[in-house]
Amino acid sequence: MYEIRIHSRGGQGGVTAARLLALAAFRDGKYATACPFYGAERRGAPVVSFVRIDDEPIKIYSQIHEPDLVIVLDTSIMDVVDVLQGLKEDGTVLINSAHVLEGCAAACLHVDLTGIALATDLVIAGSPILNTPVLGALAKMGIVTLPSVRDAIREMFADERNVQAAEAAHEELKV
Amino acid sequence: MLTIATGNKAVATAVRDAKPGVIAAYPITPQTEIVEQIAEYVTAGDLVSQYIPVESEHSAMAACIGASVGGVRTFTATSSHGLLYMHELVHWATGARLPIVMANVNRALGPGWNTWAEHTDAFSQRDTGWLQVFVGTVQEAYDATLMAFKIAEDERVLLPVMVNLDGFSLSHIMQSLETVEIGDFLPPYSLPHAIDTENPCGYGPMTGPNDYFRFRWDIERSMRDSRSVIADVEREFAERFGRSYGPTEDYRCEDAEVVVIGMGTLGKEAEVAVDRLRSEGVAAGSMRLRWFRPFPDIDIAGRDLVVIDRGYSFGFGGVVAHSIRSKTGAEPYSVIAGLGGQEVTYNDIADFVRDRRPGEEMWFGVSEDV
Repeated sequence: MYEIRIHSRGGQGGVTAARLLALAAFRDGKYATACPFYGAERRGAPVVSFVRIDDEPIKIYSQIHEPDLVIVLDTSIMDVVDVLQGLKEDGTVLINSAHVLEGCAAACLHVDLTGIALATDLVIAGSPILNTPVLGALAKMGIVTLPSVRDAIREMFADERNVQAAEAAHEELKV
Repeated sequence: MLTIATGNKAVATAVRDAKPGVIAAYPITPQTEIVEQIAEYVTAGDLVSQYIPVESEHSAMAACIGASVGGVRTFTATSSHGLLYMHELVHWATGARLPIVMANVNRALGPGWNTWAEHTDAFSQRDTGWLQVFVGTVQEAYDATLMAFKIAEDERVLLPVMVNLDGFSLSHIMQSLETVEIGDFLPPYSLPHAIDTENPCGYGPMTGPNDYFRFRWDIERSMRDSRSVIADVEREFAERFGRSYGPTEDYRCEDAEVVVIGMGTLGKEAEVAVDRLRSEGVAAGSMRLRWFRPFPDIDIAGRDLVVIDRGYSFGFGGVVAHSIRSKTGAEPYSVIAGLGGQEVTYNDIADFVRDRRPGEEMWFGVSEDV
């Protein structure tokens, strides 16, 4: 089983990213569950959501305490939340940043999802959309396939710029 | 069709496929997604139904009662405080013998304010004469909702059915969902005592001391008869659609020396704990209670029991633990866990089994100084 924890702020699309990822994994023929942990339910508050992917049906409903992958959609959260908590020794971190994260204790990948969203004009109410571009990065990492990412995004969103942003992130991420 | 959906979406999709003629509902977290999704189905024309957005849950049930006695299949959904607000009419639906189906997304009661999973809302309706089923997966939320209509509307039952699913931990998670071509699985709605709208008249339901008890007994008789109706419907569902259910879902119980009994998502997660314990050489099994009313007859003689309760009867004990005790005479280890969405993992459940003290009660996470 591959377990993913997504850190974001309310309104940034972390919950939708989890659902898109589960949908893409499902399109790949895997079993997947997306479990958002609803807390304060306020815009801007730190939120966390979980995705499990496996070849067998998944019976676990509790939170993920030892993730294989941690995704950080907003690095400002790292000042208030220990995003590395419980990360497996061989686990990976994917952060939304244009720059390498200095001093990260784990294998850390970075991709500028905010920059991609702005370049694709993927902005709603002044906020760049991060949940569809991050799927492209996850496809690059081999967690899901790019065709399934395209399918999942098109199933949930009509705006084709979401697919373009995912493809751009797939292009930009260095693994 | 195979897809991926939340527990709430699964319920809404089952309602779409069951085609009730009237839906009356009021939104409440974490149930809101059900009535929003149904409203979308109605708006898009995927479900031809009268959708009545009422001003309260009390009115939602009142509208369902009126429509149901008028000869129409009805559905509503609620949660927590919403369920309690409709409580008077929850009883009324039973007394009027109306096969209303309601989804209840289990949520704790305030204060303190809490929107997360707990079974106290459903337990508070225990003696209303509603059949109650608790589901453990997104697929089961869909299947149980479809079957609920058929069970409720059977002339041997004619009682309302509540489909319970855990708030957030099932209502808001996505899992795979296979919908069915329903065909003639659900016969057209036919209520023997429906009002004849061509010649409308009603009778004042004043029932004196010489007769009232007969109507109460008739409810109990139907509740008893519902056991075989449930079994028949679940058997037919399995034959038609390939997924079988029973009063409990038993996992590795045959040779188990200790059995974990739970409901909803914790009852399902217990299966993972059982696998862990088995790999350590502990002969564990799990039994997830699906039907709470009518309460199943269960055979667990000679094993240690660990009962997880997501609800409590203050001054008495765990509701499920006491039900098991009075039904079987067993002295379970009663664990009170998961109240208000408290995090409980399969590792915790395995610990409950390892540390069990039959006959005692333990509140998970509570120590002497709390």
